Amino acid sequence: MAETHSLQDLQQPAVSSKVFVQRDYSSGTICRFQTKFPSELESRLDKQQFEETIQALNNLYAEAEKLGGKSYLEGCLACLTAYTIFLCMETHYEKVLKKIARYIKDQNEKIYAPRGLLLTDPIERGLRVVEVTIFEDRSIGSGR
Amino acid sequence: MHLGVSESMRECEYSQISTRSSTPMETPYKKRTPKKRKWEAFPGRNKFYCDGRIMMAKQTGVFYLTLVLILVTCGLFFTFDCPYLAQQLTPIIPVIGGVLFLFVLGTLLRTSFSDPGVLPRATSDEAADLERQIDVANGSTGYRPPPRTKEVVINGQTVKLKYCFTCKIFRPPRASHCSLCDNCVERFDHHCPWVGNCVGRRNYRFFYMFILSLSFLTIFIFAFVITHIILSSHRNGFLKALKDSPASVLEVVVCFFSVWSIVGLSGFHTYLISSNQTTNEDIKGSWSSKRGKDNYNPYSHGNIFTNCCAALCGPLPPSLIDRRGFVQSDTPQLASPTNGITMYGATQSQQSHMCDQDQCIQSTKFVLQAAATPLLQQQSSEPVILTASPENGVSLPGRTSLALGGPCTSLPLGQPTPPTSTPSLSCHEATDMLPIHGHTHNHSHPLQEPVAHHHFLTPEEVPSPPGMLHCGSPLGHSHTVQAGFYNPASQDSLHEDSVRGLVKLSSV
Repeated sequence: MAETHSLQDLQQPAVSSKVFVQRDYSSGTICRFQTKFPSELESRLDKQQFEETIQALNNLYAEAEKLGGKSYLEGCLACLTAYTIFLCMETHYEKVLKKIARYIKDQNEKIYAPRGLLLTDPIERGLRVVEVTIFEDRSIGSGR
Repeated sequence: MHLGVSESMRECEYSQISTRSSTPMETPYKKRTPKKRKWEAFPGRNKFYCDGRIMMAKQTGVFYLTLVLILVTCGLFFTFDCPYLAQQLTPIIPVIGGVLFLFVLGTLLRTSFSDPGVLPRATSDEAADLERQIDVANGSTGYRPPPRTKEVVINGQTVKLKYCFTCKIFRPPRASHCSLCDNCVERFDHHCPWVGNCVGRRNYRFFYMFILSLSFLTIFIFAFVITHIILSSHRNGFLKALKDSPASVLEVVVCFFSVWSIVGLSGFHTYLISSNQTTNEDIKGSWSSKRGKDNYNPYSHGNIFTNCCAALCGPLPPSLIDRRGFVQSDTPQLASPTNGITMYGATQSQQSHMCDQDQCIQSTKFVLQAAATPLLQQQSSEPVILTASPENGVSLPGRTSLALGGPCTSLPLGQPTPPTSTPSLSCHEATDMLPIHGHTHNHSHPLQEPVAHHHFLTPEEVPSPPGMLHCGSPLGHSHTVQAGFYNPASQDSLHEDSVRGLVKLSSV
C-alpha cells in the first residue's frame, strides 16, 4: 500500500477502531439506544458524558416518534390533502432528524473530536447503531 | 486495517480518476468519480424508477393487472352508467364516484411506489463487530449453537430477535426479511403482489386506506350499476336493459366477486389495526391467548382508539435507505471540518467499497455453494429453507414446513434451525397463509385468479442470490441457502467459520 496520496491524506488520522452502540428494544420498537458505556471508550471519555449524549439522542428520537395531538393533526391534515402537503413542508420527524444532526455535530465539535472520537449520525446507519470511531492517539496532535 | 484497504482501493480509484480529469490533485474536496445514486447500488431486489423516487418489488405484473381492473371498471362505469344515473337520479353520483376513484388510485400508487420501511444492510464494520460479539458470547469451543438469536423483554413479554444472514443485522422486533424483495422490512406485514410491493411500517396506512376506499368504491359501483339496470328494465324490460348497456354486466360481475374479497380484507385489517398486530403475527398467533395465559401483545397501546390513531395518523418515519443520495466516492470529503478531522467522509466512502466487497464475498460464497451442491444432494437430513414452488404451494402442511419439489427435504420448525430459515418461512407464511386464513381473507380482486398463485414463485422466478451468480441448481435460492446446506453441529461450525472468515476478509 504505497503512500502516493495528496498531502491532505497524509494528515488524516488513522482509524484505530469503531464501537457500535446498539439499539435498546426494551420499550418496544421506538428508537432508543443502549446507554451502557462501551469499555473501549474508557480511556478516552467520561462515562457520564457519554450517557448524557446517548440519553439526549434518545429523548430527541422519542420526540420525533411521539404520539400526541400534534402528530395526529399532522397526519389527518396530510391525509386530507392526499399527502401533497409534504411537497411544501417537512414532516415533524424530518424536522427532529435535522435537530439531531445539528446536535451530533455540536457534540462532535465540543466533546468528541478533542478526544479523538467521532460520532456518526445513526440515520446514516439506518437507525441501527450509533457508531463511534476511535482515532489513533497520534491524530490528536496533527488534527488541530 | 480499514484505512489500509481503503488506501489500496483508493489507488485504484486514483488511476481511474486520472483518465477522466487531468488534475486530480487540484480539487481535493469534490467528488471525482461519476455521480452514482445510492439506488443504483442498492443490494435488494427492488426496481427503481424516476431516478430513485419510485421503488417497487421486482415482480410487478399483478400490480398492472390491479391497475387495469380498477381503471377499466371505473371507466366503464363513468362512460355507460353515470350519464343515465346523473339524469335519472342526481349528478352527485358521478362526483362521489370520481372522488372515490381518485382516492383509490392515489392510495394505490402511494402504497406501491413508496419505501415500505426497508432496513439498510449492515456495513462491514458493523457486521464484523457483531460477529466478534457472537464469538465472545459463544466461547471458543468448536461447536457453535446454530441459531443466532437475542432475547429482549418488551413490556413484560419476551421477544426473540433473530439474526439476518443476508442483511447481517439482528432484526428489530416486528421486522421480517422479505425473500421476494430480499430486504429486511420494519413492521413487516406481508408482501402484496397486487400492489407490487411489501407492506410495512411506512406504507401500511396507505395500504389500509387503499383497501378501505376500494371496498367503498366496489360497493358503490355495484349498487349503482344494479340501480341502473333496475331502473332501465322498469322502462324497457330486463333483457333490453342488459342489451343496452352490456358494460354494466361486466361491471356487476367484477364487482360482485371483488366485494367479497376486498371487504373481507378490509375487515381483517381493521381488526389488525385495532389490536396493533401485523398479518405475520396474527397468522402465527404470536400474541394469542391460546399460547398461554400471560401472552399478550406488548406493542398494543391498550385501547382500540389509540391503536387506530397510531397506525393511521401517527408520525410517518422517513426512509432509511436514502435512495437518491449519492454513493460517496473514496476521496475524503470536507463535510464539516471539525478540528481538522476529515475522516468523516472517508467512513462513508468505505461504504461504497464495502458494498463492492460485500458483493464479491456473496458471489464467492455462492460459487462455493454451487460447487458443493452435488455433494450435498446426497445428504438426507439437510435443513433446507427455500421458497415455495407453485406445484406444492397449495399443500401447506400446517405451518411448519415448506417443501420444494426435488431433492430437498422440508424443514420442520422443531429442529434447531438457522435463524435465516424462519424469515423466509415467516414471509411466506404470511403470504401463504393468506389464501387459506379465515374465510374472507382471500386477497384477490377478481375471482378468476386462483388464489394460491399469488405469492408463489415459479422455479424460474425463484430469486437468485443478490444480483450475483445464479446457482442454477434446483435447490431453490434465497439468501438462506448458505445456512441450510450443512448438517447442524459439525457443518454449522464449518459454515460459521467460513462466513466469519469471509466477513473478516471484508473488514481487513
